[in-house]
Amino acid sequence: MNRIVKNTRLSENVFRMAIKAPEIAAKRKAGQFVVIMTEEKGERIPLTIVDSDREKGTVTIIFQVVGKTTMCLAAMKEGENLFAVLGPLGMPTEMENFGTTVVVGGGVGIGVAYPIIKALKEAGNKVIAITGARSKDILILEDEIQEICDRLIVSTDDGSYGVHGFVTNVLQDLIESGEIINRVFAIGPVPMMKFLCEVTRPYKIRTIVSLNPIMVDATGMCGACRVAVGGKTKFACVDGPEFDGHDVDFDLLTNRLRMYNDEEEEARKGCRCNE
Amino acid sequence: MSKKEKIPRQDMPEQDPKVRAKNFNEVPLGYTEEQAVLEAKRCIQCKKPLCIAGCPVDVDIPGFIKSIAEEDFIGAALKLKETNALPAICGRVCPQEDQCEKVCVLGKKGEPVAIGRLERFAADYERESGNIMIPDVAPPTGKKVAVVGAGPAGLTIAGDLVKLGHDVTVFEALHKAGGVLIYGIPEFRLPKSIVDAEVDYLEKLGVKIVVNAAIGRVKTVDELFEEGFDAVFLGVGAGAPVFMNIPGENLSGIYSANEYLTRSNLMKAYRFPEYDTPIVRGKNVVVIGGGNVAMDSVRTALRLGADNAYIIYRRTEVEMPARTEEVHHAKEEGVQFKLLTNPVEYTGNENGWVTGMKCLRMELGEPDESGRRRPVPIKDSEFIIDVDTVVVAVGAMANPLVASTTPGLEINRWDYIVANEETGETSRKGVYAGGDIVTGSATVILAMGAGRNSARAIDEYLK
Ligand SMILES: Cc1cc2nc3c(=O)[nH]c(=O)nc-3n(C[C@H](O)[C@H](O)[C@H](O)COP(=O)(O)OP(=O)(O)OC[C@H]3O[C@@H](n4cnc5c(N)ncnc54)[C@H](O)[C@@H]3O)c2cc1C
Ligand SMILES: Cc1cc2nc3c(=O)[nH]c(=O)nc-3n(C[C@H](O)[C@H](O)[C@H](O)COP(=O)(O)OP(=O)(O)OC[C@H]3O[C@@H](n4cnc5c(N)ncnc54)[C@H](O)[C@@H]3O)c2cc1C
Ligand code: SF4
Ligand code: FES
Repeated sequence: MNRIVKNTRLSENVFRMAIKAPEIAAKRKAGQFVVIMTEEKGERIPLTIVDSDREKGTVTIIFQVVGKTTMCLAAMKEGENLFAVLGPLGMPTEMENFGTTVVVGGGVGIGVAYPIIKALKEAGNKVIAITGARSKDILILEDEIQEICDRLIVSTDDGSYGVHGFVTNVLQDLIESGEIINRVFAIGPVPMMKFLCEVTRPYKIRTIVSLNPIMVDATGMCGACRVAVGGKTKFACVDGPEFDGHDVDFDLLTNRLRMYNDEEEEARKGCRCNE
Repeated sequence: MSKKEKIPRQDMPEQDPKVRAKNFNEVPLGYTEEQAVLEAKRCIQCKKPLCIAGCPVDVDIPGFIKSIAEEDFIGAALKLKETNALPAICGRVCPQEDQCEKVCVLGKKGEPVAIGRLERFAADYERESGNIMIPDVAPPTGKKVAVVGAGPAGLTIAGDLVKLGHDVTVFEALHKAGGVLIYGIPEFRLPKSIVDAEVDYLEKLGVKIVVNAAIGRVKTVDELFEEGFDAVFLGVGAGAPVFMNIPGENLSGIYSANEYLTRSNLMKAYRFPEYDTPIVRGKNVVVIGGGNVAMDSVRTALRLGADNAYIIYRRTEVEMPARTEEVHHAKEEGVQFKLLTNPVEYTGNENGWVTGMKCLRMELGEPDESGRRRPVPIKDSEFIIDVDTVVVAVGAMANPLVASTTPGLEINRWDYIVANEETGETSRKGVYAGGDIVTGSATVILAMGAGRNSARAIDEYLK
C-alpha cells in the first residue's frame, strides 16, 4: 500500500501525482518507471517516474487519462492508498555528456521527457527541449522545463501557442539551422516517435525513443512487452524501455498496442470512478 | 490372500468433463471420510516401505496413512507436516505416479495406494476443520534472514527458519505471494484459497512478507546484507519465458504461457470485466508444448470459450512430460492433440493479428541426449492450421535480474545459479539458493525439498 501525497490536474486529461515510496525514491534513475495497481482487482500499468524527493520519500508520476485504470487513478485523492507500486523498473537512460542534445516531448510524453532533460543537464549536456501538443490548453510543464534546459521551443499543432506546427517540423528546422546535435531523445505518441526518427535518420543523429508497449509483470517474466529492435525481439520492461529509434519496428508496436481495444472499451464503460 | 487387497483403489469424484470445461472450479472433488478410510486400509503397512524412498522429502507415508485408517485425520495431517510443509498443495500437484505411487508394492500386482489423494484428504480435513495448530516457535536468535521469492522454495525455508527463532523476511516481486502456485497453476487444479491459507499460516508464525519488491531493482543482495540481514536465500524460480524464434512470433494473439497463465490466474482475467485485466478469448487456440504448463494453458483456453483447443507437440504422447492425469483430463474435456507436429512460421492479417500457423509433420529418429527419440521433420509435409490465439509453452529459463546484480555469484551456462545440492550454498558467503533457479524447471516438491535443506544449512551457518 502506498499513500497518495498529492494529486493535481495539469490539463483536462493529464494529472500529476506524488506517491509515498521511499525506497523507490532513493534508488530510481532517469528513464525508469513504476508499475502501479489502484486496487486488488485492477490492472498493472506502467508509468514513468518523472521526479523524486528523497527527503520526503516520494516519487512523482504524470499520467494521461486514456482508459479504466487511469480514470480511476485520476479520481483518487490525497491520503488514499494505491494497492501496489513496484519499481524502479527498466534500464535507466544511458547518461553521459554527449555535447548538444535535443529532447522532444509530445503530449503526455513531455512528462516522460522531464527526468531525461534534468539528468542530461546534470551530466553537463547542452539541452534543447522541444515540447508539443495539439493546442495550448493541453500543453504541460512549460515553466518546469524552461527552468532546467538551455533552450525551450514550444509548438502547437493548431498554432494556439508557440510555433505553429508539429515537433517534427521544429526539429527539422533546428537541424537545418546548422545546430550540431549529438543525440536526440524522442518521447511521445508512437507516430510522433516514428516520424521524428525519419527526420534524424538522413543526418545519422542517434535518436533514442522510449517505448510504451503493454506490460504485465514488467520484470521480464511474461514477454507481453516484446518489441522488435534491429530485427531482434526485446522485452521493453527489462531491455528498455529506451531503444535506438532507427532500429525500432514501430508498426509492430502500434499493432500490439491495439490488441485489447474492445476489452478496454468495455472496461471504460464499466468504470464508476467518476460518479 | 487377505481381505484387505480386495478393496479396490478408490476413485476420487470429479466434476463432469462437459460441465467443468466451462468453469474454473477444481476438477477432483476430494474423498469423503469413508472413501479415505477405505483407501487407507488398502495400505499393507510395509516393514520396509518402498513408497518413502520414492518421495523426494521422505514423508512417513505408511505412518500418515495409518492415522487415516484409524480415523485420526488431524493426526495424519500433523504427521505429513513433519516433513512436508504444504501437503494440501502437494497432494494436488505432485507427480505421484512418478514418485511414491510408482514404487508402492501394491502397484506390482494391481493398483498402488492412492497416496496423493490421501495426502490431499488429510490436509484439507485439517484446514477445513479450522483448527490449524500454530506450533511453538523457538526463542528469538537475533539473526535476520532474507528470502528472495515467495514460491514453494522460499515459503518452505521461511517457515522452517522462523520456527527455529530466526527473523525472516520474504521479498516477492509480484503483488501476491505463492510463485508458480499463484501465477502459473490454474484455479481448476489448485484453488488459490489453499495457497492463501498457507501464506496466512506463515505470517501467523511470524514470517514477514514484503510484496512488490523486485530484488536487483529496488535493492540488491549486497544491500540486503548492508541492511543487517545475516543470510540470504534465493528462490526466484525459472520465470523467464522461452520463445521459438520463428517468423511472425510477435503477431498479436501470440502469448508465452507465462503471460497467458499470469493474466488468467494472478490477474484473474478469466473474471474480466469484474477484474480489469483482459485476456484474448480465442476461438481457435493452439498451445505448443507437451508439459504441465501446456496442459494448464490449453485447459484454460477451453474454459475461456475456445471452440477448438489444440495441443501441438513435436513428439508422441509417450514422450510428453506432463502428468498422465493432466493429459487424461485434457482429453476428457475435449482438447485435440496434434502430435508429431512442429510449427515453423505464423501468418497474420492486415492488423497484425495471427491467423495461421504453418506446421511440419515429424517422425521419431534416433534417441537424443535426453534419451528420448529425436523428432525429425518429414519432407514436404507442410500444412496450415487456422488460429486466432497461440500459447507458446516450450519451456522456461532463468530470469537474470538477481544474478546480474550480485557480483561474485556463480551461474552456469544457462544462467542458473550454481549451488551445493545438499545445502544450497552458492559461491557467495551467506548466500544460498534452491528450487527452479538452481535445477531449472522441476517440481513443487523438489523446490520445497531444496528450501528445507537450505534451512538446515543456514541455521548451522548462523550458529
Ligand atoms: C515504460 C512505460 C512508461 C509509461 N509512462 C507513462 C507516463 O509517464 N504517463 C502516461 O500517461 N502513460 C505512460 N505509459 C502508458 C500507460 O501505461 C498507459 O496509458 C496505461 O497503461 C493505460 O491504462 P488504462 O487502463 O488507463 O487504459 P486502457 O484502456 O487499458 O488502455 C488504453 C491504451 O493504453 C495502452 N495500454 C493498456 N494497458 C497497458 C499496459 N498494461 N501497459 C502499457 N500500455 C498499456 C494501450 O495502448 C491501450 O490501447 C507508459 C507505458 C510504458 C510501457
Ligand atoms: C503452469 C505450471 C504448471 C506446473 N505444474 C506443476 C505440477 O503439476 N506439479 C509440480 O510438481 N510442479 C509443477 N510446476 C513446476 C513448479 O511449479 C515449479 O517447479 C516450482 O514452483 C518452483 O518453485 P520455486 O520456489 O523454485 O519458484 P517459483 O514458484 O517460480 O517462485 C519464484 C518466485 O520468486 C519471485 N521472484 C523472481 N525474481 C524475483 C526477484 N528478483 N525479487 C523478488 N522476487 C522474485 C517470483 O515472482 C516468484 O513468485 C508447474 C509450473 C508451471 C509454470
Ligand atoms: S509401499 Fe504402498 S503399501 Fe507399502 S507402505 Fe507404502 S503406500 Fe503402503
Ligand atoms: S512486461 Fe512481462 S516481460 Fe515485460
